[in-house]
Parts: sequence; structure tokens; C-alpha cells
Amino acid sequence: MTVSLIAAQLFSGLTTAMFLFLIASGLSLVFGIMRVLNFAHGSFYMVGAYIAWQVVTWLHPTGGAFWIAALASGVGVAILGGVVERLLLRHLYGQEELYQLLFTYALVLILGDTAKFIWGTDQLSVQGPPVLSGGLHLLGTILPYYNLFIIVVGPAIAIGVGLMLSRSSAGRLLRAAAYDREMLGALGANVGLLYTGMFVASSFLAGLAGALITPIVSVVPGMDVEVIVQAFIVVVIGGLGSFWGTFWGAMIYGLTLSFGILVFPEFSLFSVYALMAVVLIVRPWGLFGRPIR
Amino acid sequence: MSMPITNSLARPAVPAIRRVPWTLLIFLLLAPLAWIGSRYSIFLVTEITIDALFAISLNLLLGTTGLVSFGHVAYFGVGAYVCGILMKTYGVSFAIAFPAAGLGAALAALVFGYFCVRLTKIYFAMLTLAFSQIIWAICFKWNAVTGGDQGIADVPFPDMQWMDSIPGISGLSANARFYLLALTLVAVAIAVIGMITRSPFGRMLTAIRDNRERAAFIGLNVRAYELAVFVVAGGFAGLSGALYGIFTRGVFPDYVFWPKSAEVMIMAILGGMGFFWGPAVGALVLVWLNQEITNYTEYWPFVLGTMLLVLLFALPGGVLGGLAGLYGTLRRRMGRRDA
Repeated sequence: MTVSLIAAQLFSGLTTAMFLFLIASGLSLVFGIMRVLNFAHGSFYMVGAYIAWQVVTWLHPTGGAFWIAALASGVGVAILGGVVERLLLRHLYGQEELYQLLFTYALVLILGDTAKFIWGTDQLSVQGPPVLSGGLHLLGTILPYYNLFIIVVGPAIAIGVGLMLSRSSAGRLLRAAAYDREMLGALGANVGLLYTGMFVASSFLAGLAGALITPIVSVVPGMDVEVIVQAFIVVVIGGLGSFWGTFWGAMIYGLTLSFGILVFPEFSLFSVYALMAVVLIVRPWGLFGRPIR
Repeated sequence: MSMPITNSLARPAVPAIRRVPWTLLIFLLLAPLAWIGSRYSIFLVTEITIDALFAISLNLLLGTTGLVSFGHVAYFGVGAYVCGILMKTYGVSFAIAFPAAGLGAALAALVFGYFCVRLTKIYFAMLTLAFSQIIWAICFKWNAVTGGDQGIADVPFPDMQWMDSIPGISGLSANARFYLLALTLVAVAIAVIGMITRSPFGRMLTAIRDNRERAAFIGLNVRAYELAVFVVAGGFAGLSGALYGIFTRGVFPDYVFWPKSAEVMIMAILGGMGFFWGPAVGALVLVWLNQEITNYTEYWPFVLGTMLLVLLFALPGGVLGGLAGLYGTLRRRMGRRDA
């Protein structure tokens, strides 16, 4: 193994990791605070990707179109998430988890087909922002500027959300809701509003991630069910509901996948699932999580 | 908690509706289709029959024991692959490959279940999902054995020449014969599941579902019972998978992909997981609607999702739950209230 090969795998692993972190963080926050395992999170990500393509196509791919599209994806999906939570999901909070799981699965089916109906089944690709074209020669390999941007944006968002959770008053309330929803309600906090806010924020992250990935992979039907399983693995490894756990879980996943390909090319996919199973067996609450109830 | 201690192990008074030998009745009702049914209807009912076994096996976990398995498709897939590989690659006869599929799936369920029953609730669901995805990854990537993403095409039909010796069958097509074979095997399997559900073992499972802590308190080894039912359910799922692989004349990684776990769960809920035959009714409705609706539109998942929403919000007891509710209301209306 040469230095350049290791560097190339490292960069691709880090890029994968940061994308997965962007997607999985919303999934983890919603589970940690609302105890809802949201299968539709991957669909939100897919809708974000399609919105980005649509906006870029409308604006014509010049200049700042990509950034406007990314913002539009985040906001559009956030609105979608808010509507879903307000109208439907909130009626299922007291129910068994089976019903919640199937509810979010129903969303997967509906959103998947709606996207097919609107955008068809062709692969759609989006031109990345011209500012970030080209790449950096580093350690004998080329790291595209866009990937470098993602590797920087991931931790930046992580630190931002982490600070919000640990320092702001909304973050305090959210952490309190994760511990004891009823007590928080009894103390006079508006738990319903908090939940809506949480779901909207998580949808925003999913939509943003969907938009940001478009310059790297093409937008196709089926990207929703594919990504949600990966996001689950990340969240389970790090610890369901643990925000920083999700960050490290994404790092472990990304690097295991990219270096696993070097060691067992056939079974790198297998290795991440095996990792998930081992973590669930040894520490069901994840490497960085805390046991709940 | 000062609830009266109900003796759930005592045999409750059996209502008339339960004394009907439903499995036999349904078998006798469906068997003539092999002679009078069109090619299309035989095809449809074969699929419904196989899916019904799959869904009823899941309901051993879901409805009977209260275990939310989100990876039941793993055992369906193991059964399909074991049977398909034995019959296609090694030319083993169906009489050996079919039970081997059940045993293989039960063995996989034993290994995975050993770890799964250590967890509860959402973690149980996640671990079952994780294991099913491991099986999927193996099937998807292990080209030499499973055919990778191409799967195993052209799984042969079982040898059904011997059926000629049964009067009336010699004129039947291969599809009709396979229908009769599958129907018989599924009927036997469902009858066995029914016996398990009604046995003392089955009542223990229900006790675990109703109150896990209390079941443990009265000295039940809850994990051992959960593991046992996990293995049994996995084995029957494997049998249905084996039949399905032959029915579709091929085994593909999609059979093990997680959305199929969700699909079988929808069957169970749709029919009503509180009823033994609920999942079979769910399979009937789902497969039939799928065929009908895909004639008009390719957007079947959209219809299914919408149906699921209606179910969750308006009819959480499923079709049979709704019918039972309706029946109760009618009885009260007619003033024949019995204690």
C-alpha cells in the first residue's frame, strides 16, 4: 500500500463520513428526543436532492444557482417535515413503536412514488458550484475542492448543532425532553412545539444533505431506501440519540467502508453490517450513547 | 398494581367459531381451483398461499409474542436461497431441499435470535433489521454461491410426475400441480402453527406478550421462550421462502432486502395481527390489490402507502379487527347482549 493510495482512501472515507453524518444527525436527534425511528428520513434526503436539481435547472447552472438550490432544498424539506409532523405524526406519539415505524414507512412509499411521478426515473445530475471545481494535489492524490468543502462543512455543522444543544435554552429544553417528556410538559414547556421544531430542523438537515450530495452522485429513485439503512448503521454504531456519537459513528462507517474495500473487496459492505451487529450485541446503546430505560 | 390475577394458562371456553377446522375448510375450498381456475387465478392464489404462510409465521412473533421483528425477511431469504441453490446448483430433489430450507432458516434464526432476544423493543427491532441486512449483503455480494446481484435464475420445478398416480391429477398442468403441492404444504404448516399457538407453549408466549415482567416473575424463562418462538417462526418463514423461490422460478437479493420485511408486516397488520388468520387475510388483500392496481397504474407503492396511513389512523385492528368490531356493534344493536 502506497501513501497515495492510503490518502485517497482516507479522503473518500472522510467525504462519505461527512455526508452520512449530515444525514444521520437528524435521524439521531429525532430518535433521541422524540423516540421515533424515522424511516422517511432517507426520503426527505431524496426529496432534497430532487428539489436541488429542479432549482438548478430553473435558474440555469450559472454562478450561485447551486447555493440557492441547496438552501431551497433545506427549506422545502423542512416545510414538508413540519406539515407531516403537525398533521399526522403527532397523533401517534403515545402509540406502540410498531405503528410509528409503519407510519414512517408509509411515508417512504408515498414520497418515493411522488418523486417518481414528478421527476421520472431517469438519472439526473447536477453541476457542482463552479467556485469549487478543480482539486488539491495532496499526498500524491487529488482531493476535489468540493469534497474538501464537504469535509469542512460536516464538522462545522456538527460543532454548530452541538453548541446549540449544549448552550442555548432551546437545546436545554430538548435535552430535558429526551430525559422526561411529561415532566418537562408539567413544568410548563411547550413540548409539542419543541417536537415540531425538532422534526423541522431534522428535515432541514436531510434536505440540505440531499442537495449537497447531488454534484457527487446522480439523483435516482431508490436513493432513499439505500441511504436510510446506511444512516441507521451510523446511528446504531454511535448510539441512537447521541449527537456526537453519530459524528464518530459516521467516521467509523466511512473509514471502515473505504479501507475495507482494500482488505476484502467483496465484503466491505458486509463488514459495516457486521460492525453494526457487533455493536448492537455488545453495547445496544452504541459506542458513545447511554442506556435508556 | 392490584389487578386480579387472571389465569391465562387455563383453557378458556372455546367459542363455536374456534371449533371450526378452518385450515381444512380453506384447503378444501381452494383445492378445486387447480381444475377450474384460470391460469391467472391459479397464479394469484399460489402467491397468496405462500405469502400467507410467511405472514402467519411473522405473526407468531408479532401478534402472539409481541416481538417486533423488522428482519423476518432474513429467514424467508435463507429458505429461498438454500432451496434454490440445492435444487439448481446441486440438483437435489425438492423432497430434500424443502425441509433443508426450513432447517437452514431455523438455524440462522437460532444464531441471530440468540443475540436478538437479549434486547427489547426498538433495539430488538433494530438488531433483527441489522441481521437481515447482513444476510442481504452476503446474498448480494457472494457471487460464487448466491449469484450476487443476478441471483439464481431458472430454479427448476420440483419433480411432480409422481402425482400422476393420484386420480384426477394426471391431466393438470405443471403450474396447477405446483399450486396443489404448495397449497398442501402450506396448509400443513399453518395447521402446525395453529397447534403451536394453542398449545401450553403458545399460551406462555401470549403471557409474555401481555406482561413480560410478570411472566418472568412467575418463573418463566422469557428469553428461552422468545428464542424458541423466534426459531420456529424463522423455520416456517424459510419454508415459505423455498416455495416462493420455486414459484417465481428464481431467487434474487431483493427477496432479502429490508422493504420486504415491512411488506410482510403490513400484511399482518392489514389483516389484523390480533387474529390467527389475520395475516392470511392481509396477504390475500395485499396480493390481490397489487395485481389489480398494477393493471391501471405503476404507482402501487403510493396506493400501498396511502392504504397503510388509513389503516394506522382509522383501522388499527386490521380488516378482521374492523369486522369483529362491526359484528359486536350489530349484536349490541339487536339487543342480544350476552355476559
